[in-house]
Amino acid sequence: MGAGHAHALYQHGHSTVHRMGPEAKLAAGFASVVAIATTPREAVWAFALHAAVLAAVVTAAELPPRFVLRRLAIVLPFVAFAFTIPFVAGGEEVTVLGVGLSRDGLWGTWNVLAKAVLGASVSIVVAGTTEEARIFKGLERLRVPVAITLIATFMLRYLTLIADELRRTRVAMRARGYAPRWLWEARPVASAAGAVFVRSYERGERVHAAMLARGFTGTMPELDTRTATRADWLRGATVAGVVAATALAAAVTT
Amino acid sequence: MHAPDGFLNAGTAVATGAISAGAIGVGLRQAREQLADRQVPLAGISAAFIFAAQMFNFPVAAGTTGHLLGGALAAILLGPAVGSVVVAVVVIVQALLFADGGVSALGYNVLNMAVVTAFGGYAVFRGLLRLLPRTATGVVFASGIAAGVSVVLSATAFSLEWLFGATFPVPFDTVFGAMVGVHLLIGIGEGVLTGLTVGAVLAARPDLVAGVHDLDRVALRDRASIGMRGFLLAGALVALLLATVVSQFAAPAPDGLERVAEDTGIAEVARDHALADAPFADYATHGLRNESLSLAVAGTAGVVITLAVGAGLVAAVRRGRGRGRASEGEHEHGPARAGVG
Repeated sequence: MGAGHAHALYQHGHSTVHRMGPEAKLAAGFASVVAIATTPREAVWAFALHAAVLAAVVTAAELPPRFVLRRLAIVLPFVAFAFTIPFVAGGEEVTVLGVGLSRDGLWGTWNVLAKAVLGASVSIVVAGTTEEARIFKGLERLRVPVAITLIATFMLRYLTLIADELRRTRVAMRARGYAPRWLWEARPVASAAGAVFVRSYERGERVHAAMLARGFTGTMPELDTRTATRADWLRGATVAGVVAATALAAAVTT
Repeated sequence: MHAPDGFLNAGTAVATGAISAGAIGVGLRQAREQLADRQVPLAGISAAFIFAAQMFNFPVAAGTTGHLLGGALAAILLGPAVGSVVVAVVVIVQALLFADGGVSALGYNVLNMAVVTAFGGYAVFRGLLRLLPRTATGVVFASGIAAGVSVVLSATAFSLEWLFGATFPVPFDTVFGAMVGVHLLIGIGEGVLTGLTVGAVLAARPDLVAGVHDLDRVALRDRASIGMRGFLLAGALVALLLATVVSQFAAPAPDGLERVAEDTGIAEVARDHALADAPFADYATHGLRNESLSLAVAGTAGVVITLAVGAGLVAAVRRGRGRGRASEGEHEHGPARAGVG
């Protein structure tokens, strides 16, 4: 299964950000996201500063900007939604190109856009510089229940496999002439999903039996003993501190 | 529905975070026994299935496609405790690794997409099983309706959170109407697909459907053949019923013109509302036609969701207590399972 781990979320590298202990990186990321989310929307300069800090971290992490931008496409549905806000929102109106738009709604669009893009970027940087197993190890060290991190580990490990299984059944059905267009033609799709669930469940049982045979006791052995050093925590605190200070300054001045 | 960072205000994010953590905590406690044993890899791979099912498109109309949300499906197949934990993990990983949904928005995203759908959906499912015949057909219909209702409950929960944590001036009425309206349609698709998927699992491995652990296996084999159109018709009828119930609250609405004026925001411009000091975001109550009516709708919706989630939690706890006896029944199928693997 070794090859399955190198998925598109993670960019291999040896930068300072890559080498940081996962718990320090996650804590810094979480603190930064909270600070970004609570920055008052009127303080446009603060968001520019947040973006600058993020750009600096992306550079330090040696992540290709195209990788970050491509993955940011995930926020597009909400961007599209954000542009409808000024049309449906109430309150004071301003006229833009002859169309009456809500002033508060325009601020709402900006608010959703800026925070969605910046918040997602933080997740992308953390996931892009940390192997999935280390992310869950980091979460565990941050006192997230082991059951949650273990389920997440298994889920990610088998996700591509199960998704592929679903895709293959779909291809097989299409090859036999099944081309549904309406909801009432969905029965074979649902039957296939049911069959894949049964297979997934049975796979889970087999995997567990195999793990027991290899001496599984309920916890995963600690392979990654690299914990965050004092320097790691300091780096994380610096980044999160700058973002938080910006947010605080923005809150005070607006 | 994967809301991004800062979509609702900080207070709402913290409050929903506390509620979600509490509910998932109960799920974890109840699932501990199962998770400590064989179900950790099993829950993980089931989570992968739910995640994958969300990427799997099914036809809706004229070639357009939609996808499953899977909260009720997980609760029915895996039981409410493991189901809620599994869907919560899916939502958390989507935010953390896939940047889908904000990390600081996890409180309300987990609440809407995992807690409300899994516990609420399961409560509706078990409630319906009391009314419907305890056969495969009954279970399929109960799962379908429960899944459809769970999606509407989820949309309603979001609207309620909007009432407290709005970040731009779209009134509660508009959000509630739009969210519930759209999700009634999504709910039909979710219901049909969930019902049929549960039916398919029930036909192959009835012992894997945790939601019917206490039903008679022989009776479960009894399935009337119902055409897909009939099933869809039933789904549409239930949606219509729900829509009627919802619209009843809005019955004493002002006349058409005034209504249009309200909807387009004309009447809102000069309005000074009386709830400036109420514990709701100014925005969400901004320009309501009738504050007391809207708050009554919100209150009723809140009670319904709380009851549904509460009933689901109780069901989860009860299942946990009764597992000693139930697990004996499950193990009957041990040899057969080994044979299939």
